[in-house]
Amino acid sequence: MEAAKKKEVQALAVKIRMAALEAIHSLGSGHLGGALSICDVLAALYGGEMKIDVSNPRWPERDKLVCSKGHAGPAVYGTLAVKGFFPCEELKTLNRPGTRLPSHCDRNRTPGVDMTTGSLGQGTSLACGMALGDRLRGRDSRVFLIVGDGESNEGQVWEAMAFASAKKLSNLVVLLDWNKRQLDGWTEDVYPMGDYVAKFEAFGFDTVKVDGNDVEALAQALERTRQGGERPYAIVMDTVKGAGIQEVEDTVMNHSLTVSDEQFERWTAQLKARLAELEG
Amino acid sequence: MVKIVYTGEMDPRLCKSVLGETIPALAEKDPDVIYLDADLMSCIGTGKWAAAHPDRAINCGIAEANMVGVACGLASAGFKPIVHTFGPFASRRCYDQAFLSGGYAKNDITIIGTDPGVTATMNGGTHMPFEDVALYRALPGSTVIDVTDPTLLSSVLGQCVDRPGVKFIRVGRKQYARVYEEGSELPIGRAVTLREGADIAIFASGIMVHEAMQAARALEAGGVSAAVIDMFTIKPLDEEAVESWAKKCGAAVVAENHNKYGGLWSAVSEVLARRCPVPAGYVAVEDEFGEVGPQGYLQERFGLTAAHIVEQAKAVLARKG
Repeated sequence: MEAAKKKEVQALAVKIRMAALEAIHSLGSGHLGGALSICDVLAALYGGEMKIDVSNPRWPERDKLVCSKGHAGPAVYGTLAVKGFFPCEELKTLNRPGTRLPSHCDRNRTPGVDMTTGSLGQGTSLACGMALGDRLRGRDSRVFLIVGDGESNEGQVWEAMAFASAKKLSNLVVLLDWNKRQLDGWTEDVYPMGDYVAKFEAFGFDTVKVDGNDVEALAQALERTRQGGERPYAIVMDTVKGAGIQEVEDTVMNHSLTVSDEQFERWTAQLKARLAELEG
Repeated sequence: MVKIVYTGEMDPRLCKSVLGETIPALAEKDPDVIYLDADLMSCIGTGKWAAAHPDRAINCGIAEANMVGVACGLASAGFKPIVHTFGPFASRRCYDQAFLSGGYAKNDITIIGTDPGVTATMNGGTHMPFEDVALYRALPGSTVIDVTDPTLLSSVLGQCVDRPGVKFIRVGRKQYARVYEEGSELPIGRAVTLREGADIAIFASGIMVHEAMQAARALEAGGVSAAVIDMFTIKPLDEEAVESWAKKCGAAVVAENHNKYGGLWSAVSEVLARRCPVPAGYVAVEDEFGEVGPQGYLQERFGLTAAHIVEQAKAVLARKG
């Protein structure tokens, strides 16, 4: 990855964090931790890897994103707003009556959202169907599926992974957000799932593990997934829940947080400083 | 065009054969139709066609929740999925997926649940859904069909493919009494009057249509004139048909191969209460789980025979005053 491109994607990740924070702060609370952990992969995807057309969100040939951990909606909305799918001012309508930005992703409400998710596990099968559909249609399109590590407690996730492998869905890229925390605390305490890399390999995936908060490592891993073949791809993203805002990272129970005006100002200032560094 | 040819004789065609012919025919006609099954293709005779058309028929293994999710994903890619498995797996096992990935996300799919209620016979209680209609009725925008005979099955399946929402069709795989002439087209949402009557209206669906016709004959022998209405579309219910026959007869019996909670009895009662309250009763399962046995035994065991309808009709007529 060229240094300039890396800075550009890193800057996009910071902007996504700022946008997600703004959306959640406008409401006073929300799923901040799990939104922040996926901002870097969203930047890598929408900052270059994915084939999209902002002026035509439903372009059939596009690459698609299924954020199966649908509660990370604010991060997805932040990404889409920064990319221009809708005005950034709209982020402040999160969860307000009649909003196009509900807490969990809804393909029928938000321009640029490719699939409705929120009931954990369900996005995985939907993504498999979308990838199969694209292949049957002869489209040169890929489906990127973000799955939470807590979400992977759901049995449906593994039914879907078995399907993806059985049907050789090499246009499916599973991005496991291994942020190590779920609502009730550390995944190792709540419901340990073992070795994700070994699991995906056992399911027949082409699997790599990367630092999921490093856009360069993500870009390299994503580039590998362009080669097709006969196996679906899994990228186990070693992430920090709350990544990018130190105080949130340091709060163990950060699945859902309140954000005060004072916190919002301070964290936004920190993110702005980081952005200035990258763009300076 | 609907032609009623009921005599009480069995239709020689098995419904599984109709499924085995109709699903491939629909897929051959429309390139967007795609068929998914959960390792039960051989049970409805689609296996051979599926093997020859791997891009049109997807065997999803014994994983129904995933199958319904995949079908919904295919719908979002522009396909018109037809999903099949046995009734309990087509309803309880995948209900959340049908509800959210299907209905809520506006991914239109057709789900066929075979062997509803007592038609599950030798598979017994684990495979005997008496609640599938209740579940799918509660899904916003859904269509719920209880199949009357092979001709109706073929007709509604063709309509479901292009109909919005989640469509649920419950049908036994074996023989049904012949009610409609082959080739009849039965519009979804329109009840069919199979027999006129003046004293009591019998609203029936599925295998209970045949029982209702037999009951009407028995009642006639006793001087009671009973109408029989085929309510094969349980949702959206033909409310006009219910109101009009309730008004004409002033009494009603509902007959269904389903729990008394949430099925046709509930649906008809809701209309009667609102539009035309008349004395009414039901022949349905008394809030029980299923069990194993031949269909004849099970119909007796759960009170789903013509004799039960006659008995119920008499009880209702006594209240009519």
